[in-house]
Amino acid sequence: MRLLRAGRWITLLALLLLAGVYVRALAYTPVERMQGLAQKIFYLHVPAAIWAEGAMILVGIASIFYLFLKDPRLDRFAHASAEVGTVFAAIMLTTGPIWGKPIWGTWWTWDARLTLALFLFLLYVGYLLLRSAVVDPASRARFAAVLGICGMVLVPFVHLSVYMFRTLHPMPIILKPSTPSLPPVMLATWLMSLGVFTLLYVGFVIQRYALSYLREQLELVGDGGSGKGEG
Amino acid sequence: MRLPEGVRHTWAVAAKDLLVEFRSRTGIVSAAVFVVLVLMVFNFGRDPTAVSNLVLAPTILWVTFTFAAIIALNRAFQLELENQALDGLLLSPIGRGSIYLGKLIANLVFVAIVEVIGVPLVALFFNVEVWQNIGPLAGIIALATLGFVAVGTLFSAMTVRTRFAELLLPVVLLPFMILPLMWATMATTAIFGGRPLSEIGGWLKMLAGYDIVFVIVALLLFPATVNE
Repeated sequence: MRLLRAGRWITLLALLLLAGVYVRALAYTPVERMQGLAQKIFYLHVPAAIWAEGAMILVGIASIFYLFLKDPRLDRFAHASAEVGTVFAAIMLTTGPIWGKPIWGTWWTWDARLTLALFLFLLYVGYLLLRSAVVDPASRARFAAVLGICGMVLVPFVHLSVYMFRTLHPMPIILKPSTPSLPPVMLATWLMSLGVFTLLYVGFVIQRYALSYLREQLELVGDGGSGKGEG
Repeated sequence: MRLPEGVRHTWAVAAKDLLVEFRSRTGIVSAAVFVVLVLMVFNFGRDPTAVSNLVLAPTILWVTFTFAAIIALNRAFQLELENQALDGLLLSPIGRGSIYLGKLIANLVFVAIVEVIGVPLVALFFNVEVWQNIGPLAGIIALATLGFVAVGTLFSAMTVRTRFAELLLPVVLLPFMILPLMWATMATTAIFGGRPLSEIGGWLKMLAGYDIVFVIVALLLFPATVNE
């Protein structure tokens, strides 16, 4: 299948570039004065966080169009994007504590941002669980679309809420109204990393999309041992 | 003067649900007993010498309401599954919006009854001064409840027709409940602590914004959960 192969190549390329970005981050980008080497995780953590949220918004947009157009491709995309978003949210939630331990002195704190990051992850898990709990494909797509849209609507509230609490988490230094307060070298490394993560997102989504398509074909011919019970 | 059709239909759906509820009373009595039990569990689950009542009371109040609301929402559409009552409801010449709003009102009444039982009990068991601030507290409770019951009514229409319905609703709904709960708990803490009312204005605005957005979103999305 051509799409699946294309997805594999894009992912492979993105993983190679990710290694490249890290060589640059570790060897050619200056060490931050206050945080030392721990700051390097920023190049991984922030792009993952941006795509974890971005994926939810794309799920919502695809869901809105699905409800109007009833095109199964949109539903497949929403599913793929949600799964990839789950992975990126997991990256965000694992890299965060690794940074937090040396800088804050604790792996986890019930700070507003951390809590909200955790529940973005749980939102994804809920979405995927709802999908797996509905047997009929048409209802599954509609239910998932409803939840996806609600999830997208929730994201701005989460963001607004973060600004209302005084938190331990560093405030955004790139995505803010004024110009980024980051040295150009670090900004360049970060932008490369964001580009690589975008490529990773695209690669993963294409693969998941192709897999969903194949699974649907399998369901159409009958339950060919897809492991989904009575199907 | 005759009320607009939509309003009458909404009321008919809500009245039907409430009538069924008050005739049997199983749901509301179980929910009330459940609230008492949760409050007792909290009482045993803390060290009274280490944590003061005042600190714990808002948390207890809101955690109890969360559980009670989930129980209430789980049965909202369970009712309609018997004898294909939902199909009957959908075939009747009533707009989908009216069905949703009717269900929402019935759920709100149900949760409100549980809350009316819960608040004095919290005041009694945990010795907090509620009556002085009953107005602002009622406002917070009303705003927060409307927000998560609006989302919950929408979700329970979906989860009731899935496998593991009782388990799936909380898993899907809780991420949506956390925000209003967080704001409501903050505001309640401020009130119990005797802080000036101006301090809770921000939380109330967030709650009101959440309510407006999610009632509209749920109203628009509800047809997608029931149409075949």
